[in-house]
Amino acid sequence: MKKILIAATAAVLATGAGLLGASAADKLKIGFIYLGPVGDLGWTYQHDLGRLEMVKEFGDKVETTFLENVSEGPDSERSIEQLARAGNKLIFTTSFGYMEPTLKVAKKYPNVHFEHATGYKRDKNMSTYSGRFYEGRYIQGIIAAKMSKSGVLGYIASFPIPEVISGINATMLGAQTINPNIKVKIIWANTWFDPGKEADAAKALIDQGADIIMQHTDSPAAMQVAAERGKLAFGQDSEMIKFGPKAQLTSTMNNWGPYYIQRVKAELDGTWKSEDFWGGLKSKLVVMAPYTNMPDDVKKLAMDTEAAIIEGRLQPFKCPIVGQDGKEVECKGGTHLDDGQVLGMNFYVKGIDEKIPGK
Amino acid sequence: MGLIEAIILAVLAASTPLLLAATGELVTERAGVLNLGVEGMMIVGAACGFGGAWLSGSVIIGALCGIGAGVLMSLIFALMTLGLAVNQVATGLALTILGIGLSGLIGSRFVGEKISLAPHLHIPGLTDIPLVGRILFGEDAFVYLSLALVIGVWFFLYRTRTGLILRAAGDNHTSAHALGYPVLRIRMFAVMFGGACAGLAGAYLPLAYTPFFIPGMTAGRGWIALALVVFASWLPGRLVIGAYLFGAVTILQLHAQGWGVGVPSQLMSALPYLATIIVLVLISRARTGGSTAPAALGTVFVPDR
Repeated sequence: MKKILIAATAAVLATGAGLLGASAADKLKIGFIYLGPVGDLGWTYQHDLGRLEMVKEFGDKVETTFLENVSEGPDSERSIEQLARAGNKLIFTTSFGYMEPTLKVAKKYPNVHFEHATGYKRDKNMSTYSGRFYEGRYIQGIIAAKMSKSGVLGYIASFPIPEVISGINATMLGAQTINPNIKVKIIWANTWFDPGKEADAAKALIDQGADIIMQHTDSPAAMQVAAERGKLAFGQDSEMIKFGPKAQLTSTMNNWGPYYIQRVKAELDGTWKSEDFWGGLKSKLVVMAPYTNMPDDVKKLAMDTEAAIIEGRLQPFKCPIVGQDGKEVECKGGTHLDDGQVLGMNFYVKGIDEKIPGK
Repeated sequence: MGLIEAIILAVLAASTPLLLAATGELVTERAGVLNLGVEGMMIVGAACGFGGAWLSGSVIIGALCGIGAGVLMSLIFALMTLGLAVNQVATGLALTILGIGLSGLIGSRFVGEKISLAPHLHIPGLTDIPLVGRILFGEDAFVYLSLALVIGVWFFLYRTRTGLILRAAGDNHTSAHALGYPVLRIRMFAVMFGGACAGLAGAYLPLAYTPFFIPGMTAGRGWIALALVVFASWLPGRLVIGAYLFGAVTILQLHAQGWGVGVPSQLMSALPYLATIIVLVLISRARTGGSTAPAALGTVFVPDR
């Protein structure tokens, strides 16, 4: 079901002699592996916006190719290798599940540079990059606790990986600063993308008393259900206010464009090297959608929190952090959990009643 | 609205696209044709159904566009497998791949657009009956239409002469042909009926479930419908049980997670598949002498002239 779409970069200078443009040989070929369709309005959509922003920046110096709907796991290896064989010199693999396959292909193609999103394994020719999405989740938690009448938040989760777990924890830590007794109901959809199932999960959460819906899946289905039922919700990855003009409180949006521009520039300049980039609100990789459908005091609180995180005055995972078992978590970062602890998070904080699936 | 009522309403909505698509495929397979392209026909139905409703503002026009798109897709299949006698399995798989690509192309104009959901019925007096009113008379019309369709299909297959001829074409096309029945024409209509149902099932998703179009939004429901036909032993009654059971376990496992039942969610997500397979296998074992696969299923028929 993989569809190859070759997005030959628009030859902007289509005048006279420029008709042929630069020959393919001097263009830097860049490949992207996408988890969903580019029109998913969520995770993949935002990556593709980033790609387009990058293409706009470099014009005919680059030629990009993307493969969409590439399922995670061993199957993706073929797709990544296909891009490497096709002469792409820089390849972005944009989901956690591509980690091992990317690493394997990177070892096979030492002259190709790889960039893997949201993972933690690197190599000489393989960088990682991700967003501190938990910063946005912390703000969402504060808003949710302020806005909830029932004191029960509904959370649609995808897979029990550290990124999702740290998001749940950050939400609860933020919410607990407002209401120490706040509850969260978590439903694992076991998929990143299935609008019908996401909608079913949202309905189940609302039917069980949740009045704020948060999601870590990719489609606007949950937002739409919340809107239909007169509840409030947070968007995911992208602006979803169209699907819930009276429901969306804000959305944690992923803004990959500046990073893609920076890395492609490094590749063009010959200064690319393996790195680990983890940008948050400060570096504008994570951007909050306008705060809507809330009273002014909640809006102000949200904006103050956002400013405090950007200025470094506030750390969502500031110590002490107490785990579900009642024991304090070791504080490796001095005043807050260090990046490694957040990236590998596999415990729930106190206040969450459920268990992490499979633990 | 009570919790149980809410759950039943969610189950009805979740089961309807499966039941619609599976009913169509059941008729197709009863005529001896295995069309594995249900997922492809569904997703094109979803794209065209949304497009039609978005452009016209009418849910009914959207549904008709979905049906039409499903029929057109199925005609490609009919042309290949009945007209040119190409292998049905390969053609069906190709139809799915084609459908997924085509729907992305058709739908690219509509991505990010939104329509209003199909209205829920309201029959004064009936819908207001406590407990059962909302369930029996208060869902969107497609839910009841799909049930009426299964009953109609059952009546057609087992109580009409044409239905008997269709089954004959599916069990032994040579004999049916020798008796003078137009096997290929019967099969073509069966394939078209399957396409219409799959198209409507696909259109149900954006029209009545999640009112937007996103590529790949059928998310494998076509394959589940195909499996339901097999596990229901090609019998309409069991198909209803299978589809509703699958929908019910899908919704219940989500609720169970919300209640905090201490079962890993990965197992929960597998439950609809496990439960449906186990129950339908038990039914077919308990009642021996039931129907099995149409004898000529998946075989190519070229009439000798």
